[in-house]
Amino acid sequence: MARVELQAVRKSFGTVDVIHGIDLDLASGEFVVFVGPSGCGKSTLLRMIAGLEDISGGELRIGGEKMNDVLPAKRGCAMVFQSYALYPHMTVRENMAFGLEQARLSKREIEERVTQSARMLQIDHLMDRKPKALSGGQRQRVAIGRAISRQPRVFLFDEPLSNLDAALRVDTRIEIAALHHRLHDTTMIYVTHDQVEAMTLADRIVVLNAGKVEQVGTPMDLYERPASRFVASFIGSPRMNLIEGATAEAMGAACVGIRPEHLHVAQDGPWAGKVVMAEALGSDTFLHVETAEAGRVVVRIPPGETPTPGTALHLAPDAARLHRFGADGAPLA
Amino acid sequence: MDAETMTAPDLSRLARQRKRAAWAFLAPMLIVLAAVAAWPLARTIWFGFTDASLDQLGNAQWVGFQNYLHWFDYGNGQGEWEGVLADPRWWRSVWNTIWFAGLSVSIETVFGLVIALVLHRSFPGRGLVRAAILIPWAIPTIVSAKMWAWMLHDQFGIVNDMLMRVGLIDSAIAWTATPGTAMFAIVAVDVWKTTPFMALLILAALQMVPDDIYEAARMDGVPAFRLFRKVTLPLILPGLLVAVVFRTLDALRVFDLIYVLTPNTDATRSMSIYARENLFDYDKFAYGSAASTLLFFVIALITITFIRVTRMNLERED
Ligand SMILES: Nc1ncnc2c1ncn2[C@@H]1O[C@H](COP(=O)(O)OP(=O)(O)OP(=O)(O)O)[C@@H](O)[C@H]1O
Ligand SMILES: [Mg+2]
Repeated sequence: MARVELQAVRKSFGTVDVIHGIDLDLASGEFVVFVGPSGCGKSTLLRMIAGLEDISGGELRIGGEKMNDVLPAKRGCAMVFQSYALYPHMTVRENMAFGLEQARLSKREIEERVTQSARMLQIDHLMDRKPKALSGGQRQRVAIGRAISRQPRVFLFDEPLSNLDAALRVDTRIEIAALHHRLHDTTMIYVTHDQVEAMTLADRIVVLNAGKVEQVGTPMDLYERPASRFVASFIGSPRMNLIEGATAEAMGAACVGIRPEHLHVAQDGPWAGKVVMAEALGSDTFLHVETAEAGRVVVRIPPGETPTPGTALHLAPDAARLHRFGADGAPLA
Repeated sequence: MDAETMTAPDLSRLARQRKRAAWAFLAPMLIVLAAVAAWPLARTIWFGFTDASLDQLGNAQWVGFQNYLHWFDYGNGQGEWEGVLADPRWWRSVWNTIWFAGLSVSIETVFGLVIALVLHRSFPGRGLVRAAILIPWAIPTIVSAKMWAWMLHDQFGIVNDMLMRVGLIDSAIAWTATPGTAMFAIVAVDVWKTTPFMALLILAALQMVPDDIYEAARMDGVPAFRLFRKVTLPLILPGLLVAVVFRTLDALRVFDLIYVLTPNTDATRSMSIYARENLFDYDKFAYGSAASTLLFFVIALITITFIRVTRMNLERED
């Protein structure tokens, strides 16, 4: 229902520039994930869209309207905070209703909305508890429920799952995906550190680095066609192997990248090396191999017998999957 | 300690050791408290039931409730009640103390809250203001009371001078000597002195409130006053109540301020002043001890009542 447009948006805290001119055009109903290293400005950008931070320059439009100077409550955004930000002295029901009471809704409508979003998130049996008496996952669901009941045009999430344990994170991630499916015309912007969250949830991923956009694209775009060395090393887990020096120069690049899953153990492979460490994860095994030609690289091999450290072997890169980068970090055709 | 170990024979050696260490750490403080608090209190209570006088503390005789209340018979079939409980001056001083404590603590709470809310915002020079605001609290009461005595002086005081210059009053007022204004003078000085303490305690409570819920409230567009009433106030209430209890306890035993500013005035005589007068000025040591004992129980009663009532409130909030 609401397109979100950023035009040359900048942010400085005093004399420190944090966001250096960002242009983005997010379609209505799109699920967009902001990723980037710590301190790159993800939260700041999200908070600027929410209205919690002033915009130092450029223009923000939501649903075609300029929003730079509109109060947070009037932007039609709802935010889910990393720390949940639940009112500790209110019950779940009161937490969800409190924000709605400003919106001049009738008692009945508030009750209806709260009940509906509680049911959607299966927290209706917790309505009379205080946040203290909830688990982390339940709190997060209440925070999401509170945001839903505002029926926002734009949903903002700032690392909503980072305080949850691994199993719960997976469950909640799936729930958020389902939520997006159900609220398909609500635009969602989601900040995360987590590769998997970004890859699985996003329609499009925005990779930020030091206050600039590095690349915008679908998850597969970013994985297959990284627009820079930075994106190449940032997307994918474990990281892409980056090889410099003579081996790269022989391929006409300052640096070549190959993902662990595109390296194979092969008798006649061009790179000879020794296993330094093996990580068997059950479904995959990652070998850390020290090679003469490519330096230290990580290789993904199918599960099964794991070579012990010290084993000598040869590696062959999948030529079609090699990424070549110039000295400036830009990809070479 | 032995009793402890016997009632809990299944305590592990380690737990017993920890318990012993805990008692060892507590012992010095318990001994000091017994020496400087429990013992004097017990002595005072005991003297209240005797005929002790200042120069004859040693051979005081037990007289029961005589100092508190007894019937004094004139011998002609007539008589009257005597003792602290029958003394209108005592009841006046109880009333004065409660009135003083109620009024000053209420004003200090409101001012302290306002100041704490301001100091909680960040603005340039906040650290300096925070330190500066503590100055009245840091000055010893005797010093600030004397200072205010001069400022409130009817002939040379700056307060009269300023009020007359701006035309609020026509002639100098003897603030501390006039029965109608003496109590307000005392309350004003007490507010000046202890509001910083209140502000600091409330500020500490405010800083415990997480910032993120204010951001959530901003997203919801909650108006400032409603936010204060529905979010800030309930969250700082426990801290606020502790501050109020502290201040009330303090205010109920007010002595030095009144002793310096308005000695010998019926309008401001507090329970502590009353007890001291009898103990030392009138040479009625036993009678003064009885008054001190009553003072102790009045304060205990008010404090316990207050805590009971507010805890009920707290539980309803929680
Ligand atoms: N209020 C502030 N005053 C000054 N600098 C700030 C302020 N808030 C953030 N910054 C700076 O802005 C930069 C971006 O911060 P931001 O919180 O947006 O990073 P982030 O990408 O969300 O990082 P993380 O992944 O660790 O949450 C950081 O360098 C940070 O130090
Ligand atoms: Mg962040």
